[in-house]
Amino acid sequence: MVKMSSPTSTPSRRSKRGRSSNPTTPRSEDPKSPPSQKRRTDDSSTGDLQPMPTSPAADQRSPNVQDTSLFSSPAKSRHSAPPSEFDMSSPLTYGTPSSRTEGTPRSAVRGTPARQRPDLGSVRKGRQVDLHSEQPAGGDMVTSEQSMGQKLVIWGTDVNVATCKETFQRFLLRYIDPTSKEEENASLDLNEPLYMQRLEEINVVGDPVLNVNCGHLQSFDAELYRQLVCYPQEVIPTFDMAVNEIFFDRYPDSILEHQIQVRPYNALKTKNMRSLNPEDIDQLITISGMVIRTSQLIPEMQEAFFKCQVCAFNTRVEIDRGRIAEPAVCRNCNTTHSMALIHNRSVFSDKQMIKLQESPEDMPAGQTPHTTVLYAHNDLVDKVQPGDRVNITGIYRAVPMRVNPRQSNVKSVYKTHIDAIHFRKTDEKRLHGIDEDSEQKLFTEERVQVLKELAAKPDIYERLSSALAPSIYEHEDIKKGILLQLFGGTRKDFSHTGRGNFRAEINILLCGDPGTSKSQLLQYVFNLVPRGQYTSGKGSSAVGLTAYVMKDPETRQLVLQTGALVLSDNGICCIDEFDKMSDSTRSVLHEVMEQQTLSIAKAGIICQLNARTSVLAAANPVESQWNPKKTTIENIQLPHTLLSRFDLIFLMLDPQDEAYDRRLAHHLVALYYQSEEQMEEENLDMAVLKDYIAYARTYINPRLSEEASQALIEAYVDMRKIGSGRGMVSAYPRQLESLIRLAEAHSKVRFSDKVETIDVEEAKRLHREALKQSATDPRTGFVDISILTTGMSATARKRKEELAKVLKKLIQTKGKTPAMKYQQLFDDLRGQSDAAITKDMFDEALRALADEDYLTVTGKTVRLL
Amino acid sequence: MSSAQDWLSNPLGIVQSIFDQKSTNLEWEKTVVAYFKEKLQENDATNWVPSLNDVPLHYLKPNSLVKFRCMVQDMFDPEFYMGVYETVDPNTKARVLHFGKYRDIAECGPQQEVDLNSNQSVTLERQTLYCVPVPGESAWVKETHARASQARVSPSTSYMPCRHKRSFEEDEDMDMQPHKQKEQLPAGSSVCSTAQASGESKRLERTAPSGQQRPSPLDLNFPLPGEKGPACLVKVYENWDCFKVNDILEVYGILSVDPALSVMNEERDGSFSLVDPMTCVDTTEEQRVHSPPASLVPRLHALLAHKLDHTNPLLPVSLQGGEEAKNYAASFASELPAVRAELLGFLTHVLLGDSLAAEYLILHLISTVYARRDVMPLGKFTLNLSGCPHNSNYTEHVYHIIQQLVPSSYRLCMTLHNMNSLRFIPKKDYAANRLVSGVLQLGRNTSLFVDETVLEQGQLDTTGVQNITALGNLITWQKVDYDFNYHRMEFPCNINVLITSEGRSLLPSDFQVPLQPQTVPPNTDEYLTNLQAALPPSLLNKFRVYLTLLKTMDYHISDEVTKAVEDDFVEMRKDDPQSISAEDFHRMLVVARLLSLSVGQATLSWERWLRAKQLEVLRTTRTEQQKCVNGNEP
Repeated sequence: MVKMSSPTSTPSRRSKRGRSSNPTTPRSEDPKSPPSQKRRTDDSSTGDLQPMPTSPAADQRSPNVQDTSLFSSPAKSRHSAPPSEFDMSSPLTYGTPSSRTEGTPRSAVRGTPARQRPDLGSVRKGRQVDLHSEQPAGGDMVTSEQSMGQKLVIWGTDVNVATCKETFQRFLLRYIDPTSKEEENASLDLNEPLYMQRLEEINVVGDPVLNVNCGHLQSFDAELYRQLVCYPQEVIPTFDMAVNEIFFDRYPDSILEHQIQVRPYNALKTKNMRSLNPEDIDQLITISGMVIRTSQLIPEMQEAFFKCQVCAFNTRVEIDRGRIAEPAVCRNCNTTHSMALIHNRSVFSDKQMIKLQESPEDMPAGQTPHTTVLYAHNDLVDKVQPGDRVNITGIYRAVPMRVNPRQSNVKSVYKTHIDAIHFRKTDEKRLHGIDEDSEQKLFTEERVQVLKELAAKPDIYERLSSALAPSIYEHEDIKKGILLQLFGGTRKDFSHTGRGNFRAEINILLCGDPGTSKSQLLQYVFNLVPRGQYTSGKGSSAVGLTAYVMKDPETRQLVLQTGALVLSDNGICCIDEFDKMSDSTRSVLHEVMEQQTLSIAKAGIICQLNARTSVLAAANPVESQWNPKKTTIENIQLPHTLLSRFDLIFLMLDPQDEAYDRRLAHHLVALYYQSEEQMEEENLDMAVLKDYIAYARTYINPRLSEEASQALIEAYVDMRKIGSGRGMVSAYPRQLESLIRLAEAHSKVRFSDKVETIDVEEAKRLHREALKQSATDPRTGFVDISILTTGMSATARKRKEELAKVLKKLIQTKGKTPAMKYQQLFDDLRGQSDAAITKDMFDEALRALADEDYLTVTGKTVRLL
Repeated sequence: MSSAQDWLSNPLGIVQSIFDQKSTNLEWEKTVVAYFKEKLQENDATNWVPSLNDVPLHYLKPNSLVKFRCMVQDMFDPEFYMGVYETVDPNTKARVLHFGKYRDIAECGPQQEVDLNSNQSVTLERQTLYCVPVPGESAWVKETHARASQARVSPSTSYMPCRHKRSFEEDEDMDMQPHKQKEQLPAGSSVCSTAQASGESKRLERTAPSGQQRPSPLDLNFPLPGEKGPACLVKVYENWDCFKVNDILEVYGILSVDPALSVMNEERDGSFSLVDPMTCVDTTEEQRVHSPPASLVPRLHALLAHKLDHTNPLLPVSLQGGEEAKNYAASFASELPAVRAELLGFLTHVLLGDSLAAEYLILHLISTVYARRDVMPLGKFTLNLSGCPHNSNYTEHVYHIIQQLVPSSYRLCMTLHNMNSLRFIPKKDYAANRLVSGVLQLGRNTSLFVDETVLEQGQLDTTGVQNITALGNLITWQKVDYDFNYHRMEFPCNINVLITSEGRSLLPSDFQVPLQPQTVPPNTDEYLTNLQAALPPSLLNKFRVYLTLLKTMDYHISDEVTKAVEDDFVEMRKDDPQSISAEDFHRMLVVARLLSLSVGQATLSWERWLRAKQLEVLRTTRTEQQKCVNGNEP
């Protein structure tokens, strides 16, 4: 009555002990998991023992067979004739061939103790105690099976241990991946079998863990991979056996702490936590997420040690699915209830509960993140800390909830968890170098094709820039600038020449009148990039941007909390209201914006963090409104040191032009009344844009071509010349670097591996455009928007008008002469005016009058009309 | 008669009978849903279903069909349960199949055991939503709903027997409770727990006779302080992906208050520590939150759950499509202009004779975020009524009037204490694994009345600054960044914010209207109370319908008007580019849209556009005047 309540205590095992001749319980009754999983074992219908699923065994070598037998227990108990005291149906420990088989050929293995794998589930635990005493049983099994000539598979699965092991050994011996890009393989010879090199490593280092990439396995043998994913609990032990055999064959003298354990990872390309469903129970899964909580270390008893109080006879009892069967009777002296548990002779293993939460990127909007419980065992304990982003591979489990023992009713809900087999931190390397893994978004072939087709279009640059923040009107050049910022330059490493890394990130400052949708642009970018941060200069302090030290409420330890700049490493940090930021806060940006690092020295923590972030800042002019009577520098009023760190400084000004107004009005009205479908289209664009950027950032690394270098040099020289004018932002070597970055980014946009002259041209244009240098009146240094619209500065226009007026007066004073000599008139005008009048200016004035239909100029004569 | 009784009082019996017929395939699940859907579509059938919102929990019969109008406050992890399981009699070996759907407990007879390893079993998945009553729901909404459901005739017997089982003394206690709460309500925010606790503790004594000491009454995690009502764990079986946090739902489901659920919790820290040390040692907090006593937080197994467009009981439930909705809108259309005029008159009186402010208030009340472009919410209309008298009861009265008009609202007093101590942003509590609610976790179209007139001098601490920033973000972007400790997550929202302030608000707002009282009544309190009293209830109801209905109306602009409006903009810019910015144009478009809607027109006409412009000009001149006045102040 009570027992049924807890499946983890099904008594079948124990009860059989005395009557092993009664082979009633097939393995499938082991209630290790919810029954749904058993749907696949339909052949074992009602729990009566069925004949072994049969398939003729072609090759059964004896050592293998013996191992095989461990898993195909039900059959054995049926076929092996001599019923022994030893319970044949009990699954033995897979990893302990040495400890029990005196006669096995690989005696070297025996030196290394096997270690239990609680990560594979307690069901699998064998009883070594029994085995020691039941030596002959192994031999019996071998013979009996060989005589049967059957190929055995593990109950409830289609896994044949021998074949499985053999295939895996073949995999280990032969698998070569010449294109491997993984970090761990860096030191290995890619043309040699990969995993054999790993085994060698194990021999040297002595860390008995072999991580196996399931992707490799899949490409080697898809069937084996499928079996691994579907029946990890059976297949992984087989892998362990296989690897140990090979290892101790090769390195018989190697001394390891315990036998090698295989840890597969990267199964079924990283499932989303949300997509887990009952189908996945007991399968090998890889999911990604963020660790939010870890429990304290929990010692879990693996083997209980009992001692008889009367005769001091002792016995060991293994934990069977969370329970210890306390021996009621001493086997030696037959005293009842004399066995006492001796704690410090019992065996414990480490266990830790870890809570994993969905990564924010995987979540659909408007829902809360899911969490999953993980159990880490042995050396995986304390491998991860709260806050870590990890990919974990493990077996998904569901166990029925414990029931009230007084009632027969069962709570109809299962508790789910994952037994972790392998952790892989995704942000582990972020502090040290570029993390290829997390950046590497997976693109399907078709997607790449689509992107490449897109890249081949001649107007791709314009297309992308218009797809950027479509709700924000015009400001094409600013969007282009931001687009280039999203792509970034090429990372260059000059550390061997002592200059360290060159920054590849492009920093942009938007400066302009309030209400020119600067904040909106920032918000958009923040939403677009995967690792963006949005802060306001008003609300943030220096520590909020960099890092601060606080006491963790849980562990009571000092921990470093990273601020916006560090969090947006490899992303974009959007800082609104840049001008409202205090000087001290702004000063921390100096280091970040050029060296791309952050040095911290507080509360005894001294370190340098990477902050390879692009800064997109927005600032209002000093007088909150752009003062056209002041120069750019005076309007922005930021320290020059900081200003020069921005690659592009955009002025967002109201152009005040009728055509512009019309387009703006149209845009705004459309914005308010656009239909749903049109919006859908734009959403699609955003997804494409994201992928496009991600692809280019990952795969395209343009280099300067010869012509491009020349063009850059010229451009720089030109900039130096112009910049010497009054009140302008003059050019520094930094600007040359900026140009290079911009040109690189532009060639990235084209998916081109080579920076060409057009890239440089665009970089130049943008750089000029950004500062509205084209709109700056060189005579005054003021920005004059009307240059943009009329192509002429206001002062020049005014002068032209004045001159025309003077000329007209002059002609009028000459009285009624229908025609005049051109040269004569020019001389007269020059004589009259005290300022120097060039021929061009004179021509211009004449043309202006001609436009008024006052006169015509034919050759060298001027006629009045 | 009997059938109606059956599906109301014993829905599980119905499910069982359907299950028995079709246990061979999975179709039975669909049949069950279809059956109840059909039943509920019958005339007034929905009114027969007792509602958790207005019937105290202990009046409801366990395992009966109930409904619940609620907001999704949090989502728990999906859980796997025994969809179908088999019981076996250890003596006779007789096996029986059962369904586990719509149940918390896998039941079996006294002589039976659940066979956990049966291969007939099917594991299924369901989602748990933690639901709270709609935050800030106005009293009139509650009353109207309750009245509608009181109209039932016979089915009341379905829970009557239950009622007699209770002692009368307790009934009285329950009846008195509302009064008590009402009295306490104005006193402050911390009321809810005490009033509730008195009822709860009684129940606790019954359900947990062990008399264990509880650290504190369970925090039901309501977004707003002072809220009451039942929280509920809603188990959803179908399409749970479409439910989002902050959605307003109406759930029809089977009430499960099996005391076994709570007993299990008590047992947690009991004898079985060896088996499952984690659940006992580490997550007692989580246990408390995720499986609270069923007597406090009942489980509701949803047969049908759908999102509500609005909670106004005076309108048909669905306003999107559907014949009923269309007919209703058409029938109201004729009255619409008259209702608008009445409402304008009423609000003008409320705003002390300021008709411009009243006009803007109407626009504000019918505004809603109808779309988002990139990050920009369209249609928001945050109104800042400046020039409200400082430290008088005036704003409070205005709020009470707005409360009378809209289905849900909340008055947020910007006192220093509130800003520094209230939790505005919901925060994830990883220890208990739940989202701890905050004031800004509100359902769509809730009116948030921010009262700045109670502002006083002092210093904001960190929380205060964060709160103000959050409120600012809410107004500008219509989104709230929930705090998930390691990261923040953005939840879009749709909240109408009305700010009353003395001068210009410290928060950003779309429209600032300085109040210009035409009449100054000697006693504002009396004046406003009389005003409310003078309003006939039928008219008040029409106002309510008007405001809710207009929020759902469609709107578009014809090409000609688009062209004309564009021309107008260019023209205005030509004369003086400073006079109108893109921002101003945005505003005018919003005003024009709402102005057209407010008279029931779905398209913009040229006249309406001119009127919108005129309103904006009037408003801006006022703000400029005020600026001058303020500027001249020493």
